[in-house]
Amino acid sequence: MHDTNASRASAFVPLTASAVLVNPVGLHARPSVKLTQCAKRFAAAIEIALAAAGPWTDAKSPVKVMRVKAPQGAMLYFRVAGSDGDAALAAVLALVHDGFGEA
Amino acid sequence: MSNSSSGNVGIVIVSHSAKIAEGAADMVRQMVGNAVPLAWTGGDPEGGLGTNVAGILEAIEVAWSPAGVAILVDLGGAETNSEMAVEMLTEDRRARVVVCNAPVVEGAVIAATESSGGSSLTAVQRSAEEFYA
Repeated sequence: MHDTNASRASAFVPLTASAVLVNPVGLHARPSVKLTQCAKRFAAAIEIALAAAGPWTDAKSPVKVMRVKAPQGAMLYFRVAGSDGDAALAAVLALVHDGFGEA
Repeated sequence: MSNSSSGNVGIVIVSHSAKIAEGAADMVRQMVGNAVPLAWTGGDPEGGLGTNVAGILEAIEVAWSPAGVAILVDLGGAETNSEMAVEMLTEDRRARVVVCNAPVVEGAVIAATESSGGSSLTAVQRSAEEFYA
């Protein structure tokens, strides 16, 4: 707990996680909108990538998220940093697991 | 045409075709939801293809928000008539209306997505214009 607080006091250590895109057409327009809307509810910086090493894309930019063109079955990586990073990561992962409500 | 009482940036869709304008508005409502004031206008007063300043002014009124209004247009006259409509607004409102340099359908969805998260007019315009960036 002390460690966590100490690291957060300086610069937020990015949290990372990944999830498989299960919805039929991948990260197309509608899921992209849902993802960015979800990401925007948090102060934390939220990025996505198709590989663990990046390149990373700002999850709060609908245009950039759509340009990722992540297909169904793709592993989507998240990198989150900020005071509400835990909640943000949980929320975006829930969205992916849930197939953006359309799987 | 529908408004919502939210403080989010309003979106106005202006096309030469009423069907395109209405269809783009349908996409915004279905993909983004109801958290954004939205209005559309298209066609000339006789029902043909075209745009008209009065219709645009009315749409701005319907989608008005204290946070401002972002207008998405298709070609030529849609842009010049929108700029003319903005010129006719009161000085106070004029400063809070922008015509975006973005494709009308995609720009409307993206602008509304940005607006639905409570972003400023500047951020809404920047996001819509990322399409041509």
